Amino acid sequence: MARLMGGGGLNRQAYTLAAYLVLIPFLLFNLFPFVWIAITSIKPNQDLYDTTQSPFALSRITLEHYQFLFTKIAFPVWLRNSVVVSLAATGISLVVGILSGYSLARLRFRGSTWMATGIFVTYLVPPALMFIPLAHVVRALGLGNSLLALIVTYPTFLVPFCSWMLMGYFKTIPKEIEECAMIDGCGRIQTLIRIVLPVSVPGLLSAGIFAFTLSWNEFLYALVFIQTEARKTVPVGVVGQLVLGDVFFWGPLMAAALLGSLPVVMVYMFFQRYFVAGLTAGAVKG
Amino acid sequence: MSLDTRQDGGKRNLPPVVVTSPTQEDREALGPVGRTRAFLHREEITAYLMMLPILLLVIGLMAYPFLLAVWWSLTDKLIGGEGRFIGWRNFVELPGSSIFRQTVRNAVIYSVVAVALKTLLGVVLALALNQITWLRNFLRGILLLPWVIPTALSCLVWLWMFNDLFGVLNYILRVTGISQEGYLWLASPNLALFSVILVNVWRGTPFFGIGILGGLQTIPQELYEAAAIDGAGAWRRFLHVTLPHLQSVLAVVTLFSTIWTFFDFEVVYIITRGGPMNSTHLFATLAYQTGLVAGKVGEAVAIALYLFPVLAVMIYLQLLYLRRMEV
Repeated sequence: MARLMGGGGLNRQAYTLAAYLVLIPFLLFNLFPFVWIAITSIKPNQDLYDTTQSPFALSRITLEHYQFLFTKIAFPVWLRNSVVVSLAATGISLVVGILSGYSLARLRFRGSTWMATGIFVTYLVPPALMFIPLAHVVRALGLGNSLLALIVTYPTFLVPFCSWMLMGYFKTIPKEIEECAMIDGCGRIQTLIRIVLPVSVPGLLSAGIFAFTLSWNEFLYALVFIQTEARKTVPVGVVGQLVLGDVFFWGPLMAAALLGSLPVVMVYMFFQRYFVAGLTAGAVKG
Repeated sequence: MSLDTRQDGGKRNLPPVVVTSPTQEDREALGPVGRTRAFLHREEITAYLMMLPILLLVIGLMAYPFLLAVWWSLTDKLIGGEGRFIGWRNFVELPGSSIFRQTVRNAVIYSVVAVALKTLLGVVLALALNQITWLRNFLRGILLLPWVIPTALSCLVWLWMFNDLFGVLNYILRVTGISQEGYLWLASPNLALFSVILVNVWRGTPFFGIGILGGLQTIPQELYEAAAIDGAGAWRRFLHVTLPHLQSVLAVVTLFSTIWTFFDFEVVYIITRGGPMNSTHLFATLAYQTGLVAGKVGEAVAIALYLFPVLAVMIYLQLLYLRRMEV
């Protein structure tokens, strides 16, 4: 089978070999920081700041940096906050995205075309444009400095993505199976819940996983809307520790970077196929 | 029957016969035309109800704050204060500020260089992944990792690697003999801008790679075979078969990335805070510093909105392009 570069036989094998060789520097570049996080997080302080030995050397290992996270700072609380915010924002975004995605894909109503366009446009509006006025709106709603501020605002960048993606997914489902259900007396909503959603699980997984990842990784809104240490999410909490003084706790920081990345990495490992599908749908078809 | 067809013209997506509700008899009394209308009407109401949550969200938490920002940009509002209407003054005065001019320059260099590098590396990465079969899914999976984990956390490890004294990058420079003293990665203006671009490229390349790989996989193999039979070499096949087919994917991916890169916040906020000497400030970090640190809200939203017309034109071109692709 001739692939991208085409050709056959020896020529093709040469291209494949070249492709593997090309991937080596990519692997080094993409993965080295992860190796560095791991090494730093288990190396004792004396060795971290010892310029006489190679930083690659790992003569002793320690778990003191991880202990620090769980005993000296509010890391467990930030983890819990991140979980709560990400799950809630993802749930809300999925429900809203299902409703709007389905009506845009299936129902005919005046204004549907420009609404679909409008949703695409809102997906492109960067948070950097919105964080100052949104902070005001959040305070005016009485949600300032609370997890609800994030749960309510994260859907602004999750919902456009979810509904755009689910709209595309719903369009691929044959209409006939819905028509059968409706002839049997199901209303629209019932048809959606009983017939459409069960066959849309892959699409829902893609949208959900993507939304969860985006919420977990969000930084700017969480930085601006939350001031109390006990209500911060992982990224903001960890970065906040860094500016407390001139002393950088590199060991604990890297331990936190590792643990804080673990949930999304796990989700991603288990559902890689759906994640890539979501990314491609959002980027390529979107 | 002919009447039915005419009535249904252009509405072929409707289920042909609708016998759903208890009012079936009433509907039959309406005749075919009335039935269609009644159905349309009901469907429209359902649709609007289902669109209600997203409309509330977009109007309340996007359109309203956006208009608020536009209004504030025309005032001298300070944090916590009300602000007077001052017309275009913020926008007129901004170019007079050297920090702002520096930020425009940084943002243009940052996004042009980073997006160009990400596109180039993304194409190479996608071609390589598309060529192999053994370990392909595994490699695609782990090569995407920089894009998956929280940017704020990966920026921390870069900050640690850039460290002058204990950083691993300077260690590598020393042992390979490239530089005995190592570099002050974040202390000199040009090198600092290079460093944050490097981090952005590290994080963004996987997104390009996977997006472009998706595009590559839609190219029919026959085209390559035909080109090969016509005697086209690998480079010519890439130029005349691959690139034209990647056009739309590349357009979408670069547009998304240009917007994200231009309004990037985390990388600069965490790694350089805009320094040294404002040489790495981008629009988002400058707006943050002006609005939330210095408290000049009016000026801050003017900074954020300054290039909004450019953004709007880009989105508009993108929509035109997508629509043309769909036809």
